[in-house]
Amino acid sequence: MQHISLVTPEYAARRATRANSDCPALWSILDSVFDPELPYVTIWDLGILVDVEQTTQHSCKVTVSPTYSGCPAVDVISDDIKAALMKEGMQSVTVEVSLSPAWHTDLMSPDAKHALHNQGIAPPAQVVHCPQCDSGDVDVISQFGSTACKALYRCNSCLEPFDYFKDF
Amino acid sequence: MTNSTNTALFNYVLGLADDALILGQRTSEWCSRGPFLEEDIALSNLALDYIGRARMFYQYAAQIQGMGKTEDDLAYFRDEREFTNLVINELPNFDFAFSIVRQYLLDVHACLYLEQLSNSKDQRLSEIAAKAIKETRYHLKRSETWVLQLGQGTEESAKRMQDALDELWGYTPELFISSEAELALSGEEGEASIAVNRESLRHLWLERVTAHMLTSGLVIPEQNWQVVGGRNGDHSEHLGHLLSEMQILQRSYPGLEW
Repeated sequence: MQHISLVTPEYAARRATRANSDCPALWSILDSVFDPELPYVTIWDLGILVDVEQTTQHSCKVTVSPTYSGCPAVDVISDDIKAALMKEGMQSVTVEVSLSPAWHTDLMSPDAKHALHNQGIAPPAQVVHCPQCDSGDVDVISQFGSTACKALYRCNSCLEPFDYFKDF
Repeated sequence: MTNSTNTALFNYVLGLADDALILGQRTSEWCSRGPFLEEDIALSNLALDYIGRARMFYQYAAQIQGMGKTEDDLAYFRDEREFTNLVINELPNFDFAFSIVRQYLLDVHACLYLEQLSNSKDQRLSEIAAKAIKETRYHLKRSETWVLQLGQGTEESAKRMQDALDELWGYTPELFISSEAELALSGEEGEASIAVNRESLRHLWLERVTAHMLTSGLVIPEQNWQVVGGRNGDHSEHLGHLLSEMQILQRSYPGLEW
């Protein structure tokens, strides 16, 4: 049987950046930072954590890329990153917001998609399926949902409404 | 960078920022007044995208200006005549049809505009454009669907859409007039430039809008009047009211933070 990889090339590239980093411990600390709007997806899994550089023994620079330009969570995420790293001994943490390359859903990890699905949110996909009953018979109710990154759908099989994390 | 290029770049970026902020603020007025809950949420999200876009442009403008200015200084401490947004962005929402037609006309324009801006010689502008165009393409999908649905809807919805189009049409020529700053930042023919050449977008815009309006059963009005002047600070009576509501907190309590 042909093996179809669920890992996008974009995510594989991020994984390589992390694996080749000379400060793996800092990346691991940041695995405790979750997106405030999706408190079951880490900033690493969501794809907004771009890079971590240790500048001196007690200082580092973290680069993040916002999902949407108006995303109000960016400030909270910056604070959470600083708090997590300082708790583990860093004395100076700079968080840089970078726009390029622009964030998109192919940067997300397979774990992020599983976590969304487990929370009843349909993960980004070419064809949208109901996260409750897996039916493909769905309609869009509104192109925007509870946050900028989601759209609102309804399932015509189990009649449940659900959020869809937009393929972007 | 010479001094005059610096001034032109500042004015250019400021104009783009004002466009985004004023439309974002105007659209946010729909919050809690949308025709139904899902649409209310959609309009609020749309507004948020524009305010995010405005912040990216204002932050850059503040940086070019130097002198320790911030994005907030530019958004909250300038008066009506100092705002250089295009007039179409400041018009009141009137009804849902009006807001949707305006959004559609601007979405088609923004798609073309940002595509060019993403090739700007200025790296920061090209990065902002690359980020914003993804959002704008999504906005266009939505406004395009609404134009079709309401244009082909009931007699009442079609009438409101046509009225909106008739009223808005005279504000569209301004989308294709290059400002002084834009002209100063345009390269020679065939050369890479910093600013987008607005005139060059007119043909494609008109073609796309005309085709979609035709499908939606709406008629493009004759262009026998136009309102221009926003880039020079000449605004309608509506902008002052919008600014007073948006700026009052910072004007009353300068430097206030959440």
